[in-house]
Amino acid sequence: MNRSLPLFSWIIISFALSCYALVILPQQQIGGLQPQFADDEGKITDIYPVENRGVVEKGRQVYQSEGCLYCHSQQIRDVQNGTDLERGWGERRTVPRDYIFEQPPFLGSTRLGPDLANVGSAKWRNEAIDDPRKPAKRDAAWHLLHLYAPDTVITESNMPPYRYLFERRKISGQRSADALKLEGKNDPGEGYEIVPKPEAKALVGYLLSLDRSHPLAEVKTAAAEAPKK
Amino acid sequence: MTAVEAPLPSPAAAPASAATPPTIGPMTAVERAAIDASTRGPVLFYFGNAVLWLIAATVFGFITSVQLHSPNFLADIPFLTHGRLVPAYNNIITYGWASLAGMGVAIWLMARLCRVQIKFGGVLIASAIIWQIGLTFGIINILAGRTTGIEWLEIPGPSAALMLVGYAIVGLWGILVWGFRKQASAYISVWYLLGAFVWFPWVFATAHITKTMPQMAGVVQNIIAAWASQSFFSVWVTAVGLAAAYYLIPKVINRPIFSYNVATVGFSAFIAFAGLTGATRLSGGPLPAWLVTLSIAANIMLVVQIVTVGVNLILTMQDKLHMIYHSPTLRFTFFGVICFLISSVLGLFSSLRSVDRALHFTQFTTAQTQLVLFLFFSMVIYGAIYYILPRLVGCEWLSSSMITLHFYGAAYGGGTMVAMLLMGGVASGLSFIDSEATFAQIIQIGQVYLPGRSLAWVLFSIGNLIFALHFALMLLRIGQPGGQATLFSPLEEEKHS
Repeated sequence: MNRSLPLFSWIIISFALSCYALVILPQQQIGGLQPQFADDEGKITDIYPVENRGVVEKGRQVYQSEGCLYCHSQQIRDVQNGTDLERGWGERRTVPRDYIFEQPPFLGSTRLGPDLANVGSAKWRNEAIDDPRKPAKRDAAWHLLHLYAPDTVITESNMPPYRYLFERRKISGQRSADALKLEGKNDPGEGYEIVPKPEAKALVGYLLSLDRSHPLAEVKTAAAEAPKK
Repeated sequence: MTAVEAPLPSPAAAPASAATPPTIGPMTAVERAAIDASTRGPVLFYFGNAVLWLIAATVFGFITSVQLHSPNFLADIPFLTHGRLVPAYNNIITYGWASLAGMGVAIWLMARLCRVQIKFGGVLIASAIIWQIGLTFGIINILAGRTTGIEWLEIPGPSAALMLVGYAIVGLWGILVWGFRKQASAYISVWYLLGAFVWFPWVFATAHITKTMPQMAGVVQNIIAAWASQSFFSVWVTAVGLAAAYYLIPKVINRPIFSYNVATVGFSAFIAFAGLTGATRLSGGPLPAWLVTLSIAANIMLVVQIVTVGVNLILTMQDKLHMIYHSPTLRFTFFGVICFLISSVLGLFSSLRSVDRALHFTQFTTAQTQLVLFLFFSMVIYGAIYYILPRLVGCEWLSSSMITLHFYGAAYGGGTMVAMLLMGGVASGLSFIDSEATFAQIIQIGQVYLPGRSLAWVLFSIGNLIFALHFALMLLRIGQPGGQATLFSPLEEEKHS
């Protein structure tokens, strides 16, 4: 390669090809996906997915800026590619259409914590079915407590606490409705209470909104797909 | 490619072999000194700043490592929370240390190999300053929680734009040097460098522009990010690392590389397939399956490059292997090349679907990144700095024990770090595919290795600090008198560095 032309052509053609294959083609294939809906005699119903609005969108931003995505994924792989479905993280694998309104989707690359693609769904679980510690319901109060002191709800948790999303304040008059119920080393002390800041509430609102179990035409549910045990 | 390629000019003032083009004579010591003098300002500036970023990365990385086994560590300080430190650390190590040090080596190599005395070195210094202003603002934004939320592309638009301007100058400059070259034939290192100069700004610009385009919402953004980050590692990190290795190893042992044709084949395969491997980062995820298949196929095709690089550089060494006991440059560089081969083979295996199924979301991925960055790239770059710096400042490294200690820290500390993550990744990966194992168990199995990793990180940091100190002494011209390279142990038969 003593002349520049062959060398540069090789570099540029190869690169253009990689750019075409991994940027342009995917955009053409899945960039134009639209939400799925049911057409009930001209009436559009059952639209999925929908855009995040209000507190959910705010919570999404908190999720983004605190970097939750570096330990939690939001993608469910099918049975050939992993045990996500068997773990109770979702009922079906996730597909590109699930993420069309997300800029960017928090797919994640590491699971130091459980997958959260469906954490807002009532069916979501992360522990053995017979685990006595399994909470009846992961509601807002549970999530707030878990954010403030993860090890109080999951003893072996390796998640850092997010105490800075809460404030300790003096109880004036009545105790706040959303004050955390804490005991032991986390007790804020007599006359004080721990209340979530707006960020914490928004984050929990976002987490509770996470549910990608809505049926989609292009994917079978776990029941149909998973091998019988 | 039929023409005989010029081997590297031999290190001493002795004339290069007969293959040098007839129009110009072999490089004389005077010419070489003039070229080195012309690169001194910019190259020292790039290296100096890179070392500062390396120290920052060492500290940040240590905190993130401790946080993995002690989640309460610094948890109450918002800007030091794990989820912000990790991207900050990733950006510092890639865009601070790896990019600046790599650019420094690339500038020096281009000037030497094209036999061009560079002009307007100040422009290069300016571009490094612009790059770092962008990077610094980017890091501050990430720590303040203003990130784009895309892994490896966290730096917000305006900061990324500044960095792109900074880099574009370097890339353009590299291509200009190539245009003004006096050496008609190009050495293999120059090809790799030109590839890096063309590709890097292209990837960087494409990725950062598309992430802001509303019509690119959804999984496409993750695909582009995977493509861009993989390209950064293959195109920039690998290309610059191999360019330096291809230069340093023949230089130090004073013998041309084993086979030029083999190197050509390897380079061609690298350019053709490296850019297509990105989608393995999303293997199993919500993206069209053909993308992952394509990337796995490209990874398999890259075996051609792995084999050629391995065979070529190891056969070049052959009976000169004992030189790693004498020459610091050679010891660091050769260690880096071996780690390149290991990481390539691991990368190939872990991209296969059956393996990926287990390892995909584990620490194995982090281990791979650190293996490439710390044990391949950084080691080769250290080797290059040990070689280049005496030629720029006019004195030799002060202490061979300091170099030895640096090697111990970097190789054993870094090696243990990576080994812990690899083992933890494999251990938790094996329980991941067992649906009977609860998630908490999986995490606990992987966590056993993490304190060991933090401990190894301390060793690694000490190595880096010794290196930084030694580097600073060189800048202050505190060292051995010039002329005789600082070696681990004296070498009887020949003079070299």
